[in-house]
Amino acid sequence: MVKSETRIEGVVMDEGFVVTLAELTQLCGSSGRTLQLLVGEGVLRPRAGGAPGEWRFDGVAVQRARRALRLRHDLELNLSGTALALDLLDEMEALRERIRALEHQLGTLGGRDRG
Amino acid sequence: MEYKDYYKTLGVARDATADDIKRAYRKLARKYHPDVSKEPNAEARFKDVNEAQEVLKDPQKRAAYDALGNNWRAGQDFRPPPGGAGAQQGFHFDPNETGDFSDFFSSLFNREFRGAGAGGGGAPRKRRGQDQTVRVQIDLEDAFQGATRQLRLEVPELGADGHMTSHERTLNVRIPAGVTQGRQIRLSGQGAPGVHGGPAGNLYLEVDIRPHRHFTVDGKDIALRLPIAPWEAALGATIPVPTLGGPVNLKIPPGSQTGKRMRLKGRGLPGDPPGDEMVILEIVVPSAKTEEARRVFEHMAEQLHFNPRAELGV
Repeated sequence: MVKSETRIEGVVMDEGFVVTLAELTQLCGSSGRTLQLLVGEGVLRPRAGGAPGEWRFDGVAVQRARRALRLRHDLELNLSGTALALDLLDEMEALRERIRALEHQLGTLGGRDRG
Repeated sequence: MEYKDYYKTLGVARDATADDIKRAYRKLARKYHPDVSKEPNAEARFKDVNEAQEVLKDPQKRAAYDALGNNWRAGQDFRPPPGGAGAQQGFHFDPNETGDFSDFFSSLFNREFRGAGAGGGGAPRKRRGQDQTVRVQIDLEDAFQGATRQLRLEVPELGADGHMTSHERTLNVRIPAGVTQGRQIRLSGQGAPGVHGGPAGNLYLEVDIRPHRHFTVDGKDIALRLPIAPWEAALGATIPVPTLGGPVNLKIPPGSQTGKRMRLKGRGLPGDPPGDEMVILEIVVPSAKTEEARRVFEHMAEQLHFNPRAELGV
């Protein structure tokens, strides 16, 4: 087995990372038409612009688009099914986050023995 | 290499119909899809399920797999028949299917030879390598300060002799300060190598922040329950509060109660704007173990005429 080592700096796909529809197409390995359908279905919301040529997406949207396309392909979902799955996943994630925070608070309140 | 029992992976009998296989696949795909599943090893399980389906859904590939016989057991050391089962028959692979299959699969179907050329003659088509996603666990302190992580990735490679070899790559990746839970970091061109001279895919690192002993995290904001003494709550006080950047002083107003929330602006994860630290006060009562302590509480009881249950009408 050959070994190699590389030092590398990445790009955080956050709100500061902004791409056009054409660039999103490249990042997702998908067609512009499919992505436009995802926008139409409300799965993706462009940050700016009215016409598709002016749309801008941030890193969070890129991550969401890739996730949507994977689910659509792997589970053979249609567009509205994809949208529903993503909405439910978002909601589940938010609830998990909330449970974690509440458990943390309860643990602090009830769990300590102070002498 | 290890023999893979594709029927067992999908949980179907060896004489399962195409419909049985499809049903079993869909059910397992929903269960183990890495974007949906919280099961441990979901990614690996999903890969297995996908590979099993790729073989069993196609009558030609299924026949070739079945021809190995049914005396094999999953995990058993497997040596491919000379030439590979695919040497005689050109298996068709959809060039858009970019599945990442095992050595067992590759040896059985000689996939790498045929993948791109299956459609017809002419020069093999260039294809961009697959994107890959890897989860990286970091501590909250790393998210605050930034950190470097060493990643070991095994990269399958098609050798000059047509056999699959592995190549281990070590990447030292800088995790920038201010990353939040679930965000991805894109490493351009560090994904799977391209096919027939195509460009490499991207590698995405998905950040997972380990639970912290004291702080909870919500995006760039962090929260802390801060224990205070009853007299600090009643009289007000300036007390030290831990933050990710070291302790700072916080002024508590007189008459503070448990659950009161105070915001330390800009003391969360860095960014533009940076997150805040939310401090939730929690009054902690000292025990009255000594004679002296008991006297202080008794004195309060006599002097304060305090009914904390007045609102309940008792």
